[in-house]
Amino acid sequence: MSAVLRARGLGKRYKKRWALQNCDLEVPAGRVVGLVGPNGAGKSTLLKLACGMLTPTAGTIEVCGGRPAAGVEQLAKVGFVAQDTPVYAALSVADHLDFGKRLSPGWDDAEARDRIRRLGLDPKQRAGKLSGGQRAQLALTLGIAKRPELLILDEPVAALDPLARREFMQDLMEAVAEHELSIVLSSHLVSDVERTCDYVIVVVDSQVQVAGDIDDLVAGHYRLTGPRRDMDALPAGQHVITASHTDRQTTLVVRTDTAVHDPSWTVDPLGLEDIVLAYMARPADAVRDTRPALEVVR
Amino acid sequence: MIWLTWRQFRTQAAVMSAAVAALAALLAVTGPHLADLYRTAGSSLVDQVSSSDQTLYYTGLLVVLAVPAVIGMFWGAPLISRELETGTNCLAWNQGVTRTRWLAVKLGVGAVAAMTAAGLTSLAVSWWSSPIDRAVDGGGATDTYFARLDPVAFAARGVVPMAHAAFAFVLGVALGLVIRRTLPAMAATLALYAAVQIAVPIWIRPHLAAADRTTVPIAPDGAPISIQDGAKQIVAHLEDVPGAWVTSQQTLDAAGQPAAVPSSFADCLRTEAGPPTLQQVDRCVADLGALGYQQQVTYQPAGNFWSLQWAETGLYLGLALALTGFCAWWIRRRVT
Repeated sequence: MSAVLRARGLGKRYKKRWALQNCDLEVPAGRVVGLVGPNGAGKSTLLKLACGMLTPTAGTIEVCGGRPAAGVEQLAKVGFVAQDTPVYAALSVADHLDFGKRLSPGWDDAEARDRIRRLGLDPKQRAGKLSGGQRAQLALTLGIAKRPELLILDEPVAALDPLARREFMQDLMEAVAEHELSIVLSSHLVSDVERTCDYVIVVVDSQVQVAGDIDDLVAGHYRLTGPRRDMDALPAGQHVITASHTDRQTTLVVRTDTAVHDPSWTVDPLGLEDIVLAYMARPADAVRDTRPALEVVR
Repeated sequence: MIWLTWRQFRTQAAVMSAAVAALAALLAVTGPHLADLYRTAGSSLVDQVSSSDQTLYYTGLLVVLAVPAVIGMFWGAPLISRELETGTNCLAWNQGVTRTRWLAVKLGVGAVAAMTAAGLTSLAVSWWSSPIDRAVDGGGATDTYFARLDPVAFAARGVVPMAHAAFAFVLGVALGLVIRRTLPAMAATLALYAAVQIAVPIWIRPHLAAADRTTVPIAPDGAPISIQDGAKQIVAHLEDVPGAWVTSQQTLDAAGQPAAVPSSFADCLRTEAGPPTLQQVDRCVADLGALGYQQQVTYQPAGNFWSLQWAETGLYLGLALALTGFCAWWIRRRVT
């Protein structure tokens, strides 16, 4: 299995504050990866490290087999659509395509022009006059038409209304199907990720909490409800993500590879949103104690 | 990348070209008449310049002095800070251009344009003003016009405006890169460029070429002198060395050593009320001269104009290159 993104002990510090630390990741190629976490968790930092906009303070990161932004060849392999999808306000839509054509070695001009036509953008319009959704589409077009192996999108739909959001995601998925590219996109909304991604990375408090195939995650997490009890009583192979107790009842979110047989528990399956929320709700210091348990068995 | 840079830059370039062309046309129309006047009048031209030409003389001076500052503020400072503000640098950096090349092309295109604009402006103004400059250097007595070596005129003649523009441009780029916001970067560029333009003539330019030194007697019928600072300082005027730029003055005592003006001079000039009479001043100056006091004047002669021009051009281009290196380092290491 080839990894499109591989990080070892990756960390980035701004002055005194670590924006991301102890990040170990191995993301398989050909996936649509959703990076979720609250605002300020380190999602943007991880993505910028992956496209080479930032250089790591600690550890290493390898993308498509090379150091990010190491040279023109590496730049051609990785596309990046930055947060708020910036475009040159003074340049027209056609100018942007011209710009991509002149700058990107693998530029697919026919595809770019075709996309612009399908999206109904006027090539003569100045990019500064486009709506938020159109601007995002233009930035996406630049990212796709350069024909990267990996396309990274940082909160691409955060500023869009629900309809534009859905259109953008649909369009992105069509491009994935057509060009077999890998995608890593970040969002603070789990619903965006659930609809489009098949792999998820949860980042909270500058740490990667969990990473894995969404189906595996959903199949491996349960909510257990039962009479109040001590958590030490759990069998091996069941890892507690969160626990809450009332006087008489204990509710656990656990990750496990095997079925839960204890008849005193009521076992409920969990959706992706609940799983992500459970990881987000986990106390920050729990991460380091349970590090080995974080690797999701596939 | 050159295409993109040009595409982003062409409006500014067009505005500047139009302004330079308009100025050049105006000067081209009025210039020949001034040259004719110099052919007939020689150095006494300085008394015959029409008031409209005099306005043009000062306008040209101001324009050449302002062009580098304007270029630094409006071309240099926003060049990168605006991209960082709007995030469009991400677009270029992820479209197959390394950031070093991106910077190199932007700096290269901008610096060439800046030097061309400043060079053409200076060429036009220097050509137009050359009859007046020659008249002043040839001994035309005037308080109205500057000698070419005077700090005000020096920066508006010859080749130095090109180097000033290159420096101001790269300074603006570097400040924009560090400050990352357009307006503060523009303000900082103007402030820093002005500071350098004031510091160089005061501390550096006097030493860029070998200065001449002369000692003039202090006497009523000698070189004209001014008495300053409550008669504690004497300044001699070198009327027989036209076009010179006096860089320092020193009073010498009878032994030829640097000395302060003696207090007896101030005592001699003291009056009950009002300023001393001319006869009194002449008598005091004669007394001071009789004590053996002389005035030593260090100056750059008019003939040093071009060696000073080239030396200062080299200095500013060197500064611009150093700033370019700083930008290249900063964009690779510090910009995120």
